[in-house]
Amino acid sequence: MAPILRSTSLVALIVCQISLIFLFASTLPISSGSESEDSYTITGRVRIPASTVIGHAAKFSNIKVILNGGQHVTFLRPDGYFTFHKVPAGTHLIEVYAMGYFFSPVRVDVSARHRGKVQATLTETRRSLTELVLEPLRAEQYYEMREPFSVMSILKSPMGLMVGFMVVVVFLMPKLMENIDPEEMKSAQEQMRSQGVPSLTSLLPASR
Amino acid sequence: MAIRVFLTLLLFLSSAILSFSLYEDQAGLTDWHQRYIGKVKHAVFHTQKTGRKRVIVSTEENVVASLDLRHGEIFWRHVLGTKDAIDGVGIALGKYVITLSSEGSALRAWNLPDGQMVWETSLHTAQHSKSLLSVPINLKVDKDYPIIVFGGGYLHAVSAIDGEVLWKKDFTAEGFEVQRVLQPPGSSIIYVLGFINSSEAVVYQIDSKIGEVVAQKSMVFPGGFSGEISSVSSDKVVVLDSTRSILVTIGFIDGGISFQKTPISDLVEDSGKAEILSALLSNMLAVKVNKRTLFVKVGGEGKLEVVDSLSDETAMSDSLPVADDQEAFASVHHEGSKIHLMVKLVNELDNVLLKETIQMDQHRGRVHKVFMNNYIRTDRSNGFRALIVMEDHSLLLLQQGAIVWSREEGLASVTDVTTAELPLGKDGVSVAKVEHTLFEWLKGHVLKLKGSLLLASPEDVVAIQELRVKSSGKNKLTRDHNGFRKLILALTRPGKLFALHTGDGRIVWSMLLKSPSNSQACERPNGISLYQWQVPHHHAMDENPSVLVVGKCGSDSSAPGVLSFVDVYTGKEISSSDIGHSVVQVMPLPFTDSTEQRLHLIADTVGHVHLYPKTSEALSIFQREFQNVYWYTVEADDGIIRGHVMKGSCSGETADEYCFTTRELWTVVFPSESEKIISTLTRKPNEVVHTQAKVNADQDLLYKYVSRNLLFVATVSPKGAGEIGSVTPEESSLVVYLIDTITGRILHRLSHQGCQGPVHAVFSENWVVYHYFNLRAHKYEVTVVEIYDQSRAENKNVWKLILGKHNLTAPITSYSRPEVFTKSQSYFFAQSVKTIAVTSTAKGITSKQLLIGTIGDQILALDKRFVDPRRTLNPSQAEKEEGIIPLTDTLPIIPQAYVTHSHKVEGLRGIVTAPSKLESTTHVFAYGVDLFYTRLAPSKTYDSLTDDFSYALLLITIVALVAAIYITWVLSEKKELSEKWR
Repeated sequence: MAPILRSTSLVALIVCQISLIFLFASTLPISSGSESEDSYTITGRVRIPASTVIGHAAKFSNIKVILNGGQHVTFLRPDGYFTFHKVPAGTHLIEVYAMGYFFSPVRVDVSARHRGKVQATLTETRRSLTELVLEPLRAEQYYEMREPFSVMSILKSPMGLMVGFMVVVVFLMPKLMENIDPEEMKSAQEQMRSQGVPSLTSLLPASR
Repeated sequence: MAIRVFLTLLLFLSSAILSFSLYEDQAGLTDWHQRYIGKVKHAVFHTQKTGRKRVIVSTEENVVASLDLRHGEIFWRHVLGTKDAIDGVGIALGKYVITLSSEGSALRAWNLPDGQMVWETSLHTAQHSKSLLSVPINLKVDKDYPIIVFGGGYLHAVSAIDGEVLWKKDFTAEGFEVQRVLQPPGSSIIYVLGFINSSEAVVYQIDSKIGEVVAQKSMVFPGGFSGEISSVSSDKVVVLDSTRSILVTIGFIDGGISFQKTPISDLVEDSGKAEILSALLSNMLAVKVNKRTLFVKVGGEGKLEVVDSLSDETAMSDSLPVADDQEAFASVHHEGSKIHLMVKLVNELDNVLLKETIQMDQHRGRVHKVFMNNYIRTDRSNGFRALIVMEDHSLLLLQQGAIVWSREEGLASVTDVTTAELPLGKDGVSVAKVEHTLFEWLKGHVLKLKGSLLLASPEDVVAIQELRVKSSGKNKLTRDHNGFRKLILALTRPGKLFALHTGDGRIVWSMLLKSPSNSQACERPNGISLYQWQVPHHHAMDENPSVLVVGKCGSDSSAPGVLSFVDVYTGKEISSSDIGHSVVQVMPLPFTDSTEQRLHLIADTVGHVHLYPKTSEALSIFQREFQNVYWYTVEADDGIIRGHVMKGSCSGETADEYCFTTRELWTVVFPSESEKIISTLTRKPNEVVHTQAKVNADQDLLYKYVSRNLLFVATVSPKGAGEIGSVTPEESSLVVYLIDTITGRILHRLSHQGCQGPVHAVFSENWVVYHYFNLRAHKYEVTVVEIYDQSRAENKNVWKLILGKHNLTAPITSYSRPEVFTKSQSYFFAQSVKTIAVTSTAKGITSKQLLIGTIGDQILALDKRFVDPRRTLNPSQAEKEEGIIPLTDTLPIIPQAYVTHSHKVEGLRGIVTAPSKLESTTHVFAYGVDLFYTRLAPSKTYDSLTDDFSYALLLITIVALVAAIYITWVLSEKKELSEKWR
């Protein structure tokens, strides 16, 4: 089951990456401005490529953007933008949580020297972003997909194997028997008759 | 033989990479999810003629939600960050929900129908202060509708349309705290009333267009104000002075300001400390004096006059305009097991518009808050509905003399969880007639088969779901053979104990803690923790199991504790006692008395320990083990861990024979300049370890160091104790210790340079897994430490075992210096973590899974084999067979391994696991704002057939085989006959 799983996620990844390439054509500037002496504003955008997954409607209202593991939590505006206010200069971590998608955490360096200039790097892929536009690395499917009905799946099941074995015994064994030399067969049968059916009790010496 | 088969089976099962996975149609079969919001702080009704009727609430769990007024369901909700407490909520422009949070610095607007955030504004704040949100209804400034916000010393006017700050007024210099924003109708001037140092009342008249102060009046009130305030009209407020004995009416008509003092003793004879109940009543004031509620009318010149009084405790709503320029308010008071809801006109208190009496469950406690709303009935008269918040945090809607709906919001603040067995089913009763006829049985299984082969139509799918729920019989209130049906006991912050059924999550019983003495000081204790008190299994079988609930009166650590013993089957309190000392630590001891009551030690703040139950039998059991009882305390602020041993009986007047003094045995002091304790953890005391040894790939044995007395401690540099981003990698380091709690010996120390907390850890068997932040890589990391016993490593030789020259039977003592060695490995992990737990099974045979509560409020099941320190880059063939996974730098996040599948446990705080009777299966219960329960089989259900098992296919196969045998028999007969003829 695992290999099948992996291949689907790989396909999703490829799809995502294709959409990433398209997205890069439309760039957005990082707007970052100093608010006061030591606190800055980080503004970014979350983009979810349409039609990557079936069933998961990209609802912005349920997406959370989290700074530094829960220090600040913010939500997306209808256009996908989010803002963290009053962020001190330093290196921060931004995570995006949306059901049905996996986002890489983003390392964000807010420079004190350049008046709050923001530098962003995806920590998972180590790719640096020219602007803070966050896209999912891959779509997540929480359920196992049922495999469609096929004859093979029935044959592979324990029941199918049992039936298959029975078929083999029923149709192939007589064929095998035919190939045996009749005299040899006879002698073997006589031998069996003389010895009787070997039973468990006969094997145990104590029972005698 | 059976064991060998079993073990091979186990090996076979564990060799495949397993993950918890679920088909979509299986969701909701074994799991359930309940959504809550928490105790309601503010409520705003939105009941226009068109559209759905809803109420917008904000809660103490930092939730803003829109509820359906008809059924109480959640339309939408948002859980804000933990530090983002909501200060106010309002509706602007009839389409936006406005919330003010973070002490008045974050203002957000949410779309009313769907909860989408529309805009967000960060407001400048300079100091801590009370914050205030005011959404004027008909204030309009140049096509814009300003929202007035005060917080942190600044007054802001913010546009309701886009969140733009229109103007800002700095009040930081004077230390002015705004109490009320009043707006006379038809004028653009707003009145801002506030106090300076709570002794000077100031009224500013501000032009709402530009934010300029038009006029300012102030007056010093020598006595000072208490801070309680009630608005009575657009130009008058009543405040209480700091002695709580004088009511001061502040009028500010036409730029003037005037005080009028009225001592409470003038209004009522038996004066005492007064409390203002109402926030907003027109020309009226409700004051609570000596448990009596007084309705005070405020006259035109600020003259106060008592018009009515109620003897019982009363909760009040704000007043609401009803027809004919009149205002009405609702009040709720108790009388026995009933509550009375009254709606009166403010001007004519004799005119009771509505009087309803409703039977109320005693276990809901008193009414805390009332929110009133009116509607026009078909006969054009006024109808009223009231939303009430009870003492147990539950939310109820009252309308037409009945409870329309109720929500058990106490479950949003679960503090402790334990599980309990259900009563045994009586013979002949538990065997339910589920399948009626063979035909129906077969039909059901054919349907299931169709479902599993993806041949089912949508109607069939529905039928299958129904069938599954019905046939599983999971909702019965009796014990089942597999131990799947259990009670989850959840203690909540308001001190209410709930018993939830694992089958569907319904509340079997609930009980509100009561103070045993009914004293004035402690009316309702807070729930702290929950312990298994009596679990009868060998002796005392006819007794019902019971749990111990430890509660506390008040919030400080020295507050006296309350013990309550609750019967698990019935939910009735057996007894309760006011123990007269504080509760710092509760220690269940591994001893039980003849009635299977577990002995508990409770440590108080003065260093004494008290034994419970207070019986002579318990005392004699304890005296026998007196020398062997050790305990430890962690003083995280000072960086000290102390070990204690029993010393003797307490001396003193109040002491009884169940009180003992202790002696300090050892201390571990962490240098305060370089290390600060951020996390401590021990093993679960009831954990079962199946095997002491671990067989390596090369037939080598490793002995686990399994000790109940190990303490995991994580310390971090003081600079790194803050949030991520506040420290550079050079400044912070993380050190973890494994400490023996009997001797205080440090068994292992591991330091991580350039790392910081928060540390989330889990301790099971002989391993610890912890999650922390690596500042150099700027990623989260997970490290596993496994601890093995070196002293027993010599026992590998078979001959030694045969000749008895091993030390396996030698008693293990903590006094001897243990020869241990550890193995550890670290991996990256791509998510923040809120909590980690581990699965637990009945015998401990089944492989373990880590349950990681991620910051996205999902729970990820990660096989323990992913955090095995023996993982290498290229495992040998033998190692692969053993199930060792090739080493990767990152732990995988497989979406199908989320046990919560498409749900979120909003505000996740804890995960509790409990074994079922079936070895392969474990119960998992997660709590936060939401509750989630599921059953997990970490190595799949190897010891029972799954629900999916198709009996129909088995039957069909057997039938086919029988038919084949018959046909071949007939064929062979024929062939034989023809041979004989030949």
